[in-house]
Amino acid sequence: MAKIIAGVATSHVPAIGAAIDLGKTGDDYWKPLFAGYEPSKKWMAEADADVAILVYNDHANAFSLEIIPTFAIGVAEEFPPADEGWGPRKVPVVKGHPELAWHISESLILEEFDMTIVNDMPVDHGLTVPLNLMCGTPEEWPFKVIPLCVNVIQYPPPTGNRCYALGQAIRRAVESFDEDLRVVVFGTGGMSHQLHGERAGLVNLEWDKQFMDDLTANPERLRKLPHIEYVREAGSEGIEMVMWLIMRGALSDKAREVYRFNHVPGSNTSVGNIIIEDQ
Amino acid sequence: MSQDKAEFEDIPGTYLFNSDRSREGYHLNMFCMSLSKAENREAFLADEAGYLDRFPLTEEQRRTILERDWLGMIKVGGNIYYTAKLGATDGKSFQYIAGKMCGMSGEEYAQMMLSGGRPIDNNRSKSQQAKSN
Repeated sequence: MAKIIAGVATSHVPAIGAAIDLGKTGDDYWKPLFAGYEPSKKWMAEADADVAILVYNDHANAFSLEIIPTFAIGVAEEFPPADEGWGPRKVPVVKGHPELAWHISESLILEEFDMTIVNDMPVDHGLTVPLNLMCGTPEEWPFKVIPLCVNVIQYPPPTGNRCYALGQAIRRAVESFDEDLRVVVFGTGGMSHQLHGERAGLVNLEWDKQFMDDLTANPERLRKLPHIEYVREAGSEGIEMVMWLIMRGALSDKAREVYRFNHVPGSNTSVGNIIIEDQ
Repeated sequence: MSQDKAEFEDIPGTYLFNSDRSREGYHLNMFCMSLSKAENREAFLADEAGYLDRFPLTEEQRRTILERDWLGMIKVGGNIYYTAKLGATDGKSFQYIAGKMCGMSGEEYAQMMLSGGRPIDNNRSKSQQAKSN
């Protein structure tokens, strides 16, 4: 039987990808950020995961305003890195797990989550930067990845409560898959940041830390957070944090925090990383 | 305006990408989307005004693009993830564009971020800002 062993949440700033690609990770500006992810990389290697269900958002690369799926799941054999305006990142092609991805899709739809199923999809920094942060820069990614893409750009994104419930349904789907697999769920994006308007550059570290505390201690509070609170307190783009709740929903009540890290700034963003092990 | 919408519009310096802005900015954003392809980036840079004729933009939208009025683009329906593709075409980062939108030099903006970012205090509500001023 497949089993969810842990959840990981991390920011997915594009400039972090650029720093890696341009060999700047040792620069004074970036060094403290990458140092904070060293324990995470060690944890990830020891976790020996077979598959990651990676919840992220596309940034106008695989999808545009032509079609805006609220929840999309990638069922392909592989997913190439997207050209985000300066050529595709030179990172390994992301290998999927079509059998598990289709199983999850069927299970979710029959549980009344109306997923968009995607066979052909490039993946952008929203997915590849978290892989770099947790796995470094290997020749091949060390596990299969099922991309789960959430609309957080066109208002309204799904509610935190809906995201949490989706995570719970993902857990049931994984646990009903016959093959023995160790599965990690990634929730990405955030933390507080605002990229546009005269309020660009907003950071609310206190709010971010409370969100991290409640992820394990009081997820019921987070389920009820209205969109206005994310936008007002954590910045217009901070609303991405609803994606962390999909990860949290996929874990049990007994899940336990094993690592966290905060760093300001990663370019425009309050960067956060948390690892929660399931019991 | 609905109660819900009014609450979002009360957040200072913030232009929620809601249905109104998405409708207004559709063609501007789809122009930006076209810059995902290298050949389109080249064609645009070779003849900016001519390239824009391919898209049914308003005069104001054309102006904001040609003048790289980054905040102006947002005000006529641009979404930052799309307009950032125009930035990337120019070789500019999110941070550069963000600085321009709040009227700061690149250096000032970078320094603000290094000092912990823009504080939330007094940045929650236009109506509260008006009271405290």
